[in-house]
Amino acid sequence: MKYLCLIYNDEGAAGKMGKAEGEAMMADYFAFTEGIKQSGHLVGGNALQPTQTATTVRVRQNKVSTTDGPFAETKEQLGGYYLVEAKDLNDAIQVAARIPGARTGSIEVRPIMVFG
Amino acid sequence: MDARDRINDIYRSDSRRVLATLIRLLGDFDLAEEAMHDAFMAALDTWPRDGVPASPRAWLVSTGRFKAIDRLRCGARFDAAVDEIARQVDASVPPASDADVDDLDDDRLRLIFTCCHPALHPDARIALTLREVCGLETEQIAKAFLTSAPTLAQRIVRAKNKIRDAKIPYQVPVREELPDRLAAVLHVVYLVFNEGYSASAGDSLTRPDLSGEAIRLGRLLVELLPEPEAIGLLALMLLHDARRAARTSDSGELVLLDAQDRALWNRAQMDEGRALVERALRPRSPASPKPPQPAKAGPYSLQAAISAVHAEAADAASTDWPQIVALYDILMRLEPSPVVELNRAAAVAMRDGPEAGLALVDAILSRGDLADYHFAHSAKADLCRRLGRRDEAITAYERALALTTQTPERRFIEKRLTDLRQV
Repeated sequence: MKYLCLIYNDEGAAGKMGKAEGEAMMADYFAFTEGIKQSGHLVGGNALQPTQTATTVRVRQNKVSTTDGPFAETKEQLGGYYLVEAKDLNDAIQVAARIPGARTGSIEVRPIMVFG
Repeated sequence: MDARDRINDIYRSDSRRVLATLIRLLGDFDLAEEAMHDAFMAALDTWPRDGVPASPRAWLVSTGRFKAIDRLRCGARFDAAVDEIARQVDASVPPASDADVDDLDDDRLRLIFTCCHPALHPDARIALTLREVCGLETEQIAKAFLTSAPTLAQRIVRAKNKIRDAKIPYQVPVREELPDRLAAVLHVVYLVFNEGYSASAGDSLTRPDLSGEAIRLGRLLVELLPEPEAIGLLALMLLHDARRAARTSDSGELVLLDAQDRALWNRAQMDEGRALVERALRPRSPASPKPPQPAKAGPYSLQAAISAVHAEAADAASTDWPQIVALYDILMRLEPSPVVELNRAAAVAMRDGPEAGLALVDAILSRGDLADYHFAHSAKADLCRRLGRRDEAITAYERALALTTQTPERRFIEKRLTDLRQV
């Protein structure tokens, strides 16, 4: 069963990270990704550019409106995601807990809708 | 004894077990519940005629499973997905004897751990456990927790949906996860017991049926998973419950521990509790003659040990207060919380005098902790009263009164206020 792991973190704090700290974080993510590739959990994943680069699109009564920024201002911001294949929720939770961002932020684990 | 009586007995003693196994075989709570009822209906139909089977539980599980497949097949005419489920259920192996039904990881354990899964809302865990593991009706649970039946029913439905949609597995957690997962289960049991032991609102100080359910759950846990903290929690519940008759006077008034008529304590239950405390505190290697080690115990076992010290005393005055303070010291290291600190302060007051206890209570309150906890203010009031500081006692009791909604406790505080104002 597939789950989406949404990685939320305080962008501001991440931005203030020193070079060494930043490199260590990247190394952790690389190791984690390799790990779940090996274990067969990895389906996909990406880091996202920060929320300053975000644009929110809405269409109401056929009018397209675009606004600068994420859809809502939140204390922690969406910074990336992993799409994983897991046996059940316990398995998915175990994977999510190993995401480096889980140590400082929050990971939302949501099952993918299966139709039909 | 005729077949109907046997069926009633078996329903009382084994329906939860049958349900737990059916949930495993069918992979769905609602399907399993229907299947179980169908199975018992079938038993009422055939056992009076054919006799009670040699392995009743296995018969009920098998029958339930077949009935479920029938139900699914009827629905499958309209839904391919349901037909697939029916195929899967058909492929799962039904038990041939009771021995098959009692596999190593008792299905009841699977059920308890699933109902108490951390991914479920805390309120939902309690409701689901009481419904599925204890077999209480939704109305009973709603009444016990002073919520409306529809609200509670919704909570249970949402929880079952989450289990199904997010695929929470029907499993006993692996060794590495067990401590945290067991803690979640024990917490649910503790909340249920607490709600029954000292109801948070309403006219009756205790709701014995809830405490009874919690104790039954505790016993089941110890039987299936004799971990020290499970044993400790059962001990704690038995020891507290043993004092129930003495906690309220004939007119429903609250009676504090130091004023309780100890002749009303259930001594047999206290003895059982004390024996369990010993077991919970005993070091892991059974062959070792080492004495109990409170320093390594978990929080429930420690609280049970404190309760046991009270149980050993013939009256309040001869209670081993230094021992109680020592146990609270250990508990504070494990679970440093203002409430534990408050209870320790009360014990220090008994060991060293009200002045010492009051200093500790004031320290907690001046930090801003427990500002809305009525026990903190009534503890402070009591200590002020013992020190003859009348005005401070009145102020503190008034604060406590404003914070408690429970009728017997309100009456107790009001009486104290009346006595103080008369001086």
